[in-house]
Amino acid sequence: MSTLTDQPTPESGGLAPDATVAPTRSAGARKLPVVLGVLTLGLGLILVLSSHSGDTTFQLAADTDFVALPDIVVPSGPTGWVMVLACLALTAEAVRRMLGHLRQPTWIPVVFAIAWMTGFLSWAAADNSIRVVSLFGGAVALAIPLVFGALGGVLGERAGVVNIAIEGQLLLGAFAAAITASTTGSPWAGLVSAAIAGALVALILGLFAITYFVDQVIVGVVLNVLVLGLTNFLFRQVLTPNAQTLNAPEGFDRVPIPVLGDIPLVGPIFFRQTALVYVLYLVVALVAYALYRTRWGLRVRAVGEHPKAADTVGIKVNRTRYRTILLAGAIAGMGGAYYTLVSVSQFNRELTNGAGYIALAAVIFGKWDPIRATLAALLFGFATNLQGVLSAIGSPVPSQFMLALPYVVTLFAVAGLVGRSRAPAADGVPYKQQ
Amino acid sequence: MRLVLRGITKRFGSVVANDSISLTVEPGEIHCLLGENGAGKSTLMNVLYGLYKADEGEIELDGEVQHFTGPGDAMAAGIGMVHQHFMLIPVFTVAENVMLGNESTGFAGTLDLDAARTRVTEISERFGFQVSPDAIVEDLPVGVQQRVEIIKALSRDAELLVFDEPTAVLTPQETDELMDIMRQLRETGKAIVFITHKLREVREVADRITVIRHGKVVGEADPQASNAELASMMVGRPVELVVHKDEPALGDDALVVRDLRVIDPAGHVQVDGISFTIRAGEVLAVAGVQGNGQTELTEALLGLQDDVHGSISLDGVELVGRSTRKILDAGVGFIPEDRQVDGLVPGFTIAENLMLNRSFKSPFVARGALRLGALRAFAEQKLREYDVRARDIDSLAANLSGGNQQKVVVARELSRDLRLLVAAQPTRGVDVGSIEFIHKQIVATRDSGIPVLVVSTELDEVVALADRIMVLYRGRVVGIVPADTPRETLGLMMTGERPKDLKDVVA
Amino acid sequence: MSDTDKPQPAEPEPGTQQTAPREVDPAEDAAAAQPDRSRSVLRDIATGNALSGVLAVFLAVLVGSVMIAATDEGVRETVGYVTARPSDFFTALWDAVSGAYTAMFRGAIFNNLVDDPAQQWRPLTETLKYAGPLILGGLGVGLAFRAALFNIGGRGQMLIAGGAAGWVGFQLDLPMAVHLPLAIIVGMVFGALWGGIAGLLKARTGAHEVIVTIMLNYVAYYLLFWALTKEALLKTPGSVNPKSPPMHDTAILPKVLGDRFNLHLGFVLALVAVAVVWWLLNRSTLGYRIRAVGENPHAARASGINVGKTYTVVMMIAGSLLGLAGVNQVLGTVTTGVSLDLDASIGFDAITVALLGRSRPLGILAAGLLFGAFKAGGFTMQASENISVDLVLVVQSLIVLFLAAPALVRTIFRLPAQEAK
Repeated sequence: MSTLTDQPTPESGGLAPDATVAPTRSAGARKLPVVLGVLTLGLGLILVLSSHSGDTTFQLAADTDFVALPDIVVPSGPTGWVMVLACLALTAEAVRRMLGHLRQPTWIPVVFAIAWMTGFLSWAAADNSIRVVSLFGGAVALAIPLVFGALGGVLGERAGVVNIAIEGQLLLGAFAAAITASTTGSPWAGLVSAAIAGALVALILGLFAITYFVDQVIVGVVLNVLVLGLTNFLFRQVLTPNAQTLNAPEGFDRVPIPVLGDIPLVGPIFFRQTALVYVLYLVVALVAYALYRTRWGLRVRAVGEHPKAADTVGIKVNRTRYRTILLAGAIAGMGGAYYTLVSVSQFNRELTNGAGYIALAAVIFGKWDPIRATLAALLFGFATNLQGVLSAIGSPVPSQFMLALPYVVTLFAVAGLVGRSRAPAADGVPYKQQ
Repeated sequence: MRLVLRGITKRFGSVVANDSISLTVEPGEIHCLLGENGAGKSTLMNVLYGLYKADEGEIELDGEVQHFTGPGDAMAAGIGMVHQHFMLIPVFTVAENVMLGNESTGFAGTLDLDAARTRVTEISERFGFQVSPDAIVEDLPVGVQQRVEIIKALSRDAELLVFDEPTAVLTPQETDELMDIMRQLRETGKAIVFITHKLREVREVADRITVIRHGKVVGEADPQASNAELASMMVGRPVELVVHKDEPALGDDALVVRDLRVIDPAGHVQVDGISFTIRAGEVLAVAGVQGNGQTELTEALLGLQDDVHGSISLDGVELVGRSTRKILDAGVGFIPEDRQVDGLVPGFTIAENLMLNRSFKSPFVARGALRLGALRAFAEQKLREYDVRARDIDSLAANLSGGNQQKVVVARELSRDLRLLVAAQPTRGVDVGSIEFIHKQIVATRDSGIPVLVVSTELDEVVALADRIMVLYRGRVVGIVPADTPRETLGLMMTGERPKDLKDVVA
Repeated sequence: MSDTDKPQPAEPEPGTQQTAPREVDPAEDAAAAQPDRSRSVLRDIATGNALSGVLAVFLAVLVGSVMIAATDEGVRETVGYVTARPSDFFTALWDAVSGAYTAMFRGAIFNNLVDDPAQQWRPLTETLKYAGPLILGGLGVGLAFRAALFNIGGRGQMLIAGGAAGWVGFQLDLPMAVHLPLAIIVGMVFGALWGGIAGLLKARTGAHEVIVTIMLNYVAYYLLFWALTKEALLKTPGSVNPKSPPMHDTAILPKVLGDRFNLHLGFVLALVAVAVVWWLLNRSTLGYRIRAVGENPHAARASGINVGKTYTVVMMIAGSLLGLAGVNQVLGTVTTGVSLDLDASIGFDAITVALLGRSRPLGILAAGLLFGAFKAGGFTMQASENISVDLVLVVQSLIVLFLAAPALVRTIFRLPAQEAK
């Protein structure tokens, strides 16, 4: 209590919720029951307004499983209502904790999410079947650029540089990967050039944001426009006339990992993916470890929290920031390779379509932590894939609503569920030496 | 280690912060740098520490001229600094803070935290500090945070230690302990530079005193010199050390606070059941170390805290639950503790700042539009009346000195029709001339029959202004005592102890 | 007073004379993208900001030229034997670059290739037509900037407003005196509501407006998409294209220079908006509070200003301005029906307009005219020289970047620093 640091900080870092306008005390505790209640009500309304009879099948096995898990068949309507009851119970628990001024544990939203989603899917896929493996496996694949981008965002912000330019890094990464993989015939060369392209965008970001103290959010947004214009221009002037030689990249193939890939459910979801996914696992692990356990990580975090303190112990603040965002840019750039080497297999105008911004939301949703940001990005990947799965089985939900889902989830996330999160204290604040 | 500074000059634009300063510090001595706010002491030390680059002059350690390009160089050369604003990373542990920049690592750059823990434990045992290496710094009391700073310097084998205004955040008792630590360090042969503007401390601990004024060395002073002598040397003219004021002409109970509880956004109870009364024409001064609920108390009075329980009534009108705007309209004047944050809009002109809390109705507003003519006339008048030194009323607040910024805030608040004045740290970071002026204004306000609440962490200021003193500790009232209570008693009360024979005075 | 976690304002001891105002750190000028604090254009010129501006535009155009040259067939052929016949190379270079920029000029200002004097000046009216929504959008973004809010949600606000105005424009049958104003107002109200969501979320939950407005852009897109599939809303009966029926004549913004020119009332509305926003910011109490909140929300709050409410109000006004830009598109520029690309990337262009105009209404007017000219010229360049109009986007964003970092521009041109440290 007698510490001074309990006082509200005058500047909220980076893209953190602004504490000057809204009381943030136990915000999570108060918002959670409201959000859960609204969602439960929503699910109940869906079931009341358009009840479906019939059964829903959840297929747990992939086609090539060594040990095939059986399908689970449930009656659609009753299952939905059971899940509504489960959601109600969880909401009640959250309310009880709010009234008792207790902490809201993480398991409540997690279990709620599972129950809600099960209820929703059993309604949406009545008389149909949900292939669980492709639902989640597809989510992992779609999350690739988001996870790479989010990691790039986390690293940059931990060093005190807001990286709005993730979108630009993904886009230029995708562009570079397409050209390089087309000319060399090697997806790995494409991946490397994607990383270099991302780092290049980061270098420009650093030049303006670190060296010339330009507002980092503004530089980021303008850089995204710049990269968009540049790639559109080059696409029309160079790639389109030479599509055969410059825009027909060799992509990554799906490579199942022996043993791991044969584990039921988990194997086909996580270990029958492309090489890019395995690179991703490696990068996530490395970043998470390095940030918390190494000298490099300690210094990066110091520079993002209190650059002047870091300076007074002889750490070169701006050099550390440059190095970190170059690495961050390279990681984000690799995410761009997903588009041209895995998903679409050729470059096209604006093909990242705002993924960088979703990655940015994952950074905040993940509270600037590499593992949590990865999970957040996976969640957004899931939301996107769900749309595809549901429209494939002809669900009654308008596809536009499903397409908007990741964005709505993000809105809920930044407005409600993030609660009292804390950005690195010096996030977005340039460091000027006298 | 012997430090010699020769002709150090540092300019910021056209302002000369250090003008050819020369200084020698011997090993095994405590050398005080005395000067008022803005005299250039901190600038000089930042030059020494490699944070600023001097425009002219040289730094010599043990006979060798140094060329520091950054604090890293200064540290490597054996200089350690305990900064006024602690250079600690709040979310790191003590061990992480101590090792930062000087990390011992294992395979592939993995941190060796155990080595750092051992180092912290070893040093804190040697000096009798109670510091746990695994504590998170932001959870520690300020006094302990300062010790972490000292450990940080010692862990790098510093031979010259610079303490920059180290007592500003300490209780009198903690200050005494710090003096002991400094003496202990002196015994081990370290050279110590002690920067302060507090005369009492200088006389207690200094072996030598160098006085700095307006960026220049004005001379050496004898540690035996009287307060008045030191003060006049520091300011350059005889200084009134006491505020002249008459006996208060007390009116009725004006501000009545009952069982006030304030809970901050993080859920901590910052003000815990405070009750007090201020009568019209009286100054109640709140004493206490920074962070014991004073900030939250003043913010609650102004409606700036969201979770407030109990009652605040001003002339019979309940203020709890009202918006800040309504409270201001009820006649509460507010000099916030940090004018840069809460008091001024730096990018606004002086004139614009003078209407900051009157943007809703006359005299500067008519039917949703600004009355710029009325504002300009008002600003011109206040500029003269309060002796604000600025080019004109269109000067940006950001370009004013601390004293003049504070005068703008004071002018704005006192020119409204007040029923209560809340002045938090009214003279923090302000030059002596402005301090005298602001103190006179506060006394004049009280003499006009307005109740005044002054909050200050400077005991001198509390004693000078108070008709009664309320001491806060951990959000509770330790006691409400007469203004002539001995300093030692007040100091003890600031640590939460209440002398047995103490009797509260009722207004 | 030693808070370890507050970034302390870097305050070197101001030194000796109380009268000497502390010099502003030259680096602060670099933060030009912030709402500018100096009020006088003269000061800008005096301190070399105007020169930096000219040089920034020059640099950006230079980079654009390099891009044109590098992707030009002729240049690439001649570069192969540049040492043998350098003149070929330079001729090709000149042809490519000058061809592009003359085409832009012909498309934006004055076309010397036609004889009719009225038609010769037609490009200028096209520039004004494009400038109208850019100015409106720039005002919307710039006004939010003054409250320290970054409104990236222009696209969403335009889409929602355009959709709403479009619905009024073709679903209702009313006399023009009622129909057109009603459509405009409905559009602005919907824009205000959509913008207000971001302000309200910021005020109530502290959610950062950058994230919120970005997300609302996508939500607005899919909402409009869905509306275009519902006949009660915007769908054209019998058509599978996501496009609404054309606007009724009574809801179309009239042409101001007669039917030979496309310039419509939207540009006039933009000029009115400039005046209104100027008054709002500089002469009204609301504007005063907006600026106070933008410069220092803490002091504003301590002075009784409701910061959250101010955020909401600012975002609503900003949304209505961008909404008007959307209305301008649907009822003025493309009256054949509401479609998903009605925003024509104006929502993002508006950001660069606001930055170039330094968030001041008159600056935004000038910036909007410049970028309007780029747009008009860019399309002509693409048509006649086969150079992608996206070049304009690159040049535009480079101008903003270079302008934001005058110190960089000075370094490039080896100009002396603005003030020696």
